[in-house]
This record gives sequence, structure tokens and C-alpha cells, in this order.
Amino acid sequence: MRFLLRRLIHAVFLLFGVSILTFLFSSLAPGDYFGEMRLDPHIAPATVAALRAQYQLDQPLPVRYARWVKSVVRGDLGFSFSYNSPVGPLLWVRARNTLLLTVTATLLTWGFALPLGVWSAERLGHLPDTLISWTMAGLLVVPDLALALGLLLFAVRSGWFPTGGLASIGFENLSLLDKLRDLALHMILPVVVLVLTALPVVVRHVRAAMVGVLDAPFLRAARGQGIRRHRLLYRYALAAAANPLISLFGFSIGALLSGSLLVEVVMSWPGMGPFLVQAILSRDLYVVIGGVLLSTLFLVVGNFGADLLLYWADPRIRTEPEAK
Amino acid sequence: MTKRRKLGTWLVALVALHGIIACAGFFAPYDPVAQDREHPYAPPNKLHLLDTQGHVHIRPFFYPLRMREGFFDRYEADTSRRIPLKFFVNGTRYKLFGWVPCSLHLFGADGARIYLLGSDGYGRDQLARVLYGGQVSLLAGWLGVGITIFLGLVIGAAAGYYGGWRDEVLMRFSELFLALPWLYLLFGLRAFLPLAVSPVKAFLLIVVVSGTLGWARPARLVRSVVLSAKERDFVRAARGFGASDEYLFRRHILPETSSVLLTQAAILVPQYVLAEMTLSFLGLGVPEPVASWGNLLANLQQYSVLMSYWWMYLPALAIVPFFLSYLGLASALQEWADFSKIGA
Repeated sequence: MRFLLRRLIHAVFLLFGVSILTFLFSSLAPGDYFGEMRLDPHIAPATVAALRAQYQLDQPLPVRYARWVKSVVRGDLGFSFSYNSPVGPLLWVRARNTLLLTVTATLLTWGFALPLGVWSAERLGHLPDTLISWTMAGLLVVPDLALALGLLLFAVRSGWFPTGGLASIGFENLSLLDKLRDLALHMILPVVVLVLTALPVVVRHVRAAMVGVLDAPFLRAARGQGIRRHRLLYRYALAAAANPLISLFGFSIGALLSGSLLVEVVMSWPGMGPFLVQAILSRDLYVVIGGVLLSTLFLVVGNFGADLLLYWADPRIRTEPEAK
Repeated sequence: MTKRRKLGTWLVALVALHGIIACAGFFAPYDPVAQDREHPYAPPNKLHLLDTQGHVHIRPFFYPLRMREGFFDRYEADTSRRIPLKFFVNGTRYKLFGWVPCSLHLFGADGARIYLLGSDGYGRDQLARVLYGGQVSLLAGWLGVGITIFLGLVIGAAAGYYGGWRDEVLMRFSELFLALPWLYLLFGLRAFLPLAVSPVKAFLLIVVVSGTLGWARPARLVRSVVLSAKERDFVRAARGFGASDEYLFRRHILPETSSVLLTQAAILVPQYVLAEMTLSFLGLGVPEPVASWGNLLANLQQYSVLMSYWWMYLPALAIVPFFLSYLGLASALQEWADFSKIGA
């Protein structure tokens, strides 16, 4: 239990650290949302100053930070200048769409990577291993931007997939089943890009972890006992190799969140990606801070989930009270 | 021996690839910003050896493009004119390595412009833009990695060498940077820097932003190397003979970190090039008319371009051989480091 408690405290500190860091960065910014108004001869300098005072942009940094933390507690996450509304609800709608992509992609990535990695490790040096290794190396050298644009180009020219967006026109009038089908069809391209970019790293690690375990005496003994191949690999070997993989699971969420940001812009998926780019271009300070913070929160939750999984899967951590 | 040969192969590949980009002026037939308003979005010219009458020519040739009758945006090959490709021609003037004035080009043609990768909306040669854009993107990667390696070395060495609370603070701080999804971090930092700036300033901004964000991993690796190095017998002996911190560090500890730093650099260069591409693609990086691998792809965000002008996608593939060679180099360096450790 102490292991989990420590991880929880660590996560809270991480969130605070990130929020302070982004605020410090933001104070370095030359100019703000109202900066452009100053160039407009129709707007009096006094008006701009009044607006800045209204949004408390003229206050010193610690005061702004304290007020912002208060609004985070309320769930507002600050105030968006360009939408003239609290950031929280705006961000949440987009974040839901981003989560839809990343959670699906994470599950699919691991769903493919585990059997591929295990198979590769079992047939080490043989044809399946070579084939998988080469394919993964090939995927590794194509950057996500090129892959996303390439698939989009393919979709546009073949007309097999809807290109961009989350739903077709007239989505509201469809039946529930058709709605799901439509959503799935729109999700295929972005999810494929995310899975293909995350897959090589995960497969490589699964393979390495399994190779390290497969030669262990207890597994040779188990094989000698006549335990069937499938049960041997997935029930015993994978459990023994799980420790580094579960840590990797947490990291892979971070990678997929990052990847999703770009893929969303390319595929015009209405998630955090396009929203944040828009906010950066219009200098909407609190939206950017909120976006960075929310992504950290997702990551922290994902990592905490991985820790729980580790706690459940690895008896060494449960029995060792002073586990590091 | 084969490990060294592997390392050599990747190094040769990288030198060749960078050589092509460095001599962009020679390999590109035209200036990257020279416009040809008669030929916007011209598709790539095909090179032929066999003409319409069935004669085989030794010298490759192409048919110039002309507007199709009744269209204003469709081209067709004018098969009545056969324009041979010429090698080592004198063309537009450029400065080799930004310094030596020169006008020799690898290839060119008389009578019509040749577009091997097509042209963009202003009729600018895409091949020239890819080659010159590579200079911007790769330089951004190199300079960014320089900053990262410097920061990683200083911070990691300080943490490892002095230990104690300094180590604790620096390592907690590095965890912060390691934990965050890095594209969000990149966005967050970029968001608070000026937007509408000159190309040179934008370029420097990207270099600094990507360079400062990546220090955590090299710093942690350097720290662990320094930690083990400072307890070596010969280092302790040197200290016993009265060597100063500065001497110990420069003479005994710094050389130990070199293989870790080299491997990290090989991994990070393509990542930083990709960071530049991503920012420029989104309009947060190097602006037009300067070409970079990122902003060459920016107009693919328009559906019409994607639909009608597929060759605008080709610049996206330019980075693939670089990625391959850098990753190959990184894994060869890693193997080599492991190997020499066992040998020692």
C-alpha cells in the first residue's frame, strides 16, 4: 500500500510542478491576447488597459497563479479570451475526443504488440522473428507526420474512408447502430496512424523482455512437465516478463498523447490538437496552460493505472514493504 | 571488426546524405524561390529514353508541359518537343555552402524548365525546395542537439559529481521533463514566444525551444556514467595525488561520457528535425518563402491540394533515409560501446 501512496503523492507533485513551470514560461511571453488591440487606432489605450485589468493580466505572477489555482479547483481552468468562456468545459469536449483516439490506440497497440513480440521471442532468429523485426524497423523510420499525410492522401484518392472530422453530415438522424458504425469509420485512419507509430517500440520491448525470461530454469522445467505452449508463453513467461512492460505501458500513453496531437490536426479530428494550435495562434494563454495540464493529468492517471497493474501483477512489489 | 564496419557504413551513408543537402545549389537545377507563374502545380516531368516514333535515345529526355485545351489547371505533355536533359550545365548563380559563388548545376535543360518533383502553387521547383529546405531542417536539428547535449552534460555532470541535494533537485526536475508528453511541452513553450517573426528569428526560436526541452534523458545518462567513473580506482588515485576537480573532470570523467553522448545525439537529431517539421507544418515555425521540410507540407492541409496535386506529398519522404541512417548509427554506436566495454 505504501508503494501506491508514494506514487500518488509523486503524481500530485508532478501536476503542481508542471503548472508552475507553464506559468513561468507564460510570464516570459512578450505580449498577450490584447496586445494586438494596441495597434488598432480605433481602440483607446485606456480600454486595452481596462480589459487587461478585468482579466487580471496586469497582476504580478504569484497573484495570477493563486487565482488560477482557485479556478482549477472550481473546474474552470482559467478563462479563454477568444471564446469568452471558462476553459474547462471547452477543453473537456475536445479532450473526450482525444481520449477516444488515444485509449483505442493504446489498447490496439498492446493487443497487437504482445502476440507479435511473444511470437518473435519464441522463434528467435527464425523466419517469423526476422520478418517481424524488419517490418518494425521499416515502420520506425517513417515519421508520424509522413505516415499520417500518406494515409490521408490514400484515403482522399481511393475514397474508401471519410477524410477528416468525427462524424458525417446528418449524424444526428442516424440510428444508434449506424452512429457507431459512422464513428468507427471515421476513427480508422487516425487510429491506424497512431498504432503503426507506437507499435515498433512496444514490440521491440516485449520481445526483449520475453527473450530474457524464456531461458529461465523454471520455464524449462515447466516445459519438461509438458505444459502446453500457449499456456506456458502467456500464463507463465509473460507474467515473469511483465514488470518492465507495465512501466513501458505508462510511457506509451505519453507517446500516444503526443502523437495524437499531430494526427488530429492532419486528419482534422476535433480534439485537443486543432484546439491548441488555434489557441497558440491567438495567444489564448489559459487554454494552452489548461491543455498542457490536462495532458499531464491523463498521463499521470495512465501511469497510476500502470502502477496499480504492477502492484497486482508483481508479487515482489506487494510483499516488499520498502520497495523502491 | 564487423561492428566497426557497420558503424562505418552508416557514417558513410550519413556523410553522403548530408553532402547532397549541403550542396543543394549544385543538385537543384533552379533557385528555390524562383517563381514560374506559367506553371503552377505542374506535375513531375517523366524522363524518357524511348520517343513516340520508337527511337531509343542514350540521353534521357522529357516532354515539356503545356495547358490542356479548354482547361486552366490541367497539363499535358507536349510530345512534339523533345528536350534532352543536360548534365553539368551553367545555370542560375548560387553560393556553395553559402560562401563560394558558383553557377554549375548537376543537370538542367534548355527551352523549358524541368520539374522532377513537380512545382508548387507559385511554380517553384519542388526538388530545389526539398534540397534547400533540408538545409534549414537539418541545421535546426543539429543546433538543437548541440544545445541539448551541452545542457545534458553540464546538468548531468553537476548532479553526478557533486551529489547530495543538488543531485536530488536536478533529478526531480528532470523527471518533470521526462514525464510530460513532449509535443505538448513543445507547444506550451512555443505558445509563449513571439509568433510573427522573421524566418531567421523563427528558426532560432525552434532551435532553442527543441534544444532546451530534451536535456533530461542525456543528463540522467551522463549522471550515471559520472557516478560510476568518479569511484574508479585511477580517478581516486589521481585525486589522492592532489588533482583538482577541474582536471579530474576534464581528463578522466569527460572522456567516459563521450559514447553515451554520441549515441544520444544520433537518436536526437532526427527527433529534432521532426520537431521542426511539426512546428513549421502547423504554421508555428519557419515561415514562407524560406523552404523547410515542415512548411513544404503545410499546404497539404488544404483538401484541394491533397485531392489534385499528389506530388506535393513527396517532400514528406525526404526525411526517411535520414531517419534510417541516424537510427542505424545509433544502434551501431550502442553495440560498439557495449563491445568496447567488454573488451576493456
